[in-house]
Amino acid sequence: MNKILKVLEENARYTNQEIAVMLGITEDEVAQEIHRLEEDGIIRGYKTIVDREKLSDEYVSAIIELRVTPKRDLGFDEIAEKLAEYPEVEDVYLMSGGYDLALLISGRTFKDIALFVSQRLAVLDSVISTATHFVLSRYKEKGVPVYLLPKDERRSVWL
Amino acid sequence: MAVNSQPLDYERLLSRRVQEIKPSGIRKFFDIANEMEDVVALGVGEPDFKTPWVVRDAAIQTLERGRTSYSANAGLARLREEICRYLEKYALSYDPRSETIVTVGGSEGIDLAIRALVEPGDEVLIVEPCFVAYAPIVELIGGKVVPIPTRAADQFRLTPQALREKITPRTKLLVFPYPNNPTGAIMRREHLEEIADVLRDTGVIVLSDEIYSELTYNRRHVSIASLPGMKERTILINGFSKSFSMTGWRLGYACGPAPIIRQMLKIHQFAIMCAPTTSQYAAIEALRRCEENIHTMVEEYDRRRRYIVDGFNRLGLSCFEPEGAFYIFPSIQSTGLTSDEFCERLLYSKRVAVVPGGAFGASGEGFIRVSYSYSIRHITEALRRIEAFLEDLHA
Repeated sequence: MNKILKVLEENARYTNQEIAVMLGITEDEVAQEIHRLEEDGIIRGYKTIVDREKLSDEYVSAIIELRVTPKRDLGFDEIAEKLAEYPEVEDVYLMSGGYDLALLISGRTFKDIALFVSQRLAVLDSVISTATHFVLSRYKEKGVPVYLLPKDERRSVWL
Repeated sequence: MAVNSQPLDYERLLSRRVQEIKPSGIRKFFDIANEMEDVVALGVGEPDFKTPWVVRDAAIQTLERGRTSYSANAGLARLREEICRYLEKYALSYDPRSETIVTVGGSEGIDLAIRALVEPGDEVLIVEPCFVAYAPIVELIGGKVVPIPTRAADQFRLTPQALREKITPRTKLLVFPYPNNPTGAIMRREHLEEIADVLRDTGVIVLSDEIYSELTYNRRHVSIASLPGMKERTILINGFSKSFSMTGWRLGYACGPAPIIRQMLKIHQFAIMCAPTTSQYAAIEALRRCEENIHTMVEEYDRRRRYIVDGFNRLGLSCFEPEGAFYIFPSIQSTGLTSDEFCERLLYSKRVAVVPGGAFGASGEGFIRVSYSYSIRHITEALRRIEAFLEDLHA
């Protein structure tokens, strides 16, 4: 993979200067390459991984399985793109197997999610059925463990 | 009931040679550093990566199947075969049956090699600064330690002149630790050839400690044993601790001429029977399936290395570019402090733990060993604190 992408995937907050030092290239080269990745739509954004349990804000999320009727010529794209428009919807995937679309949605309360499913999703013409799975606990998100802070058990030595 | 018992004079009872090995003076410093709260340490000597999951899983599976007996003294035959196959990457060809022994970490291999060769009065050349375990083992059997200091001006490489000056008719062994802990120095092929040129005309055996062989940057590690005429005079020490992040598994190996390995095996067999079997099964998996893990790890170390070398040079603690292991060895001479003073003050005032270079031999004085076996975020915080420390010093 692109070396700059690898570094950014680990931590998107490194400065160009830091990335340049780590990779042994110039700061200009880093800036140009990141610009290109953004222009080409390879980098789509930079976000934060948050352990929401440590915040006092209420937060609930759920994975929703949808079975839908695909549209002639458009397949699943039309309904998937439509679902992606809802701000509550964080992720949309077309799946192989027992159902068609998987959504990750979030809200403040269980009720928010229940209402969203019953009033927004279930009523859509092409939706055949929904199954809502509430997330109870998160352990790892985007490759980052969020269940505990890693502890360094190694000891300093002069060996 | 009162029992009459003669009081024991332990000092008289205990071996004189053992008692003469002094516990290192900086031990106390580390006890303090390791107990202190809120310390940002750069002092460890082991990887921060976990052992790859496939390796841990393989070990669990052998435990589940109850494969918990002793192995052959020299180690599982299959593991020795894998080790020899693996060493082909360094252009080395060893016989798994007669030239290979699986040990309890690289450390045991070092101990076995020194004990198998050195007689009282024999001289053992030790390239310094270095890992601190070589000299005490030599002293324990009455050998004479002859340090060969290396210099920052030579990027802490052993030079043929320095080597030649120290060889005498009593020289038995050269301890040759590259890639080097603590300096991060490596010996490139052209440097090894110069050393080999000196050694080929002598009866000196090389104890080549290559435990950091996977951790080289810019270029691949070259083993001195792969040079013409050198295999028959070299004992190669390597292991799984650094390359596969397996420090706690205690597993290493030694390869060398069959007559030497045969004697080393004798000591090994009577002292500890065999290396831990669970670790041996895990190591087979590591050699078979973890090339990609090593690659990822080395890339990550390399980024940290560039980052931390740049950081120290910016702070004015000048540092040559180390090309191996996971240490840098910056000079602190510009501060006017000894390396002990520097480390102690830095620990107490800013709670950053680094290791005084003097701990690795007299030629390490004026330097500190800094490990980059830490995340970039951790290194950034340490650099920030060291910067503040230097500002206080100059104030």
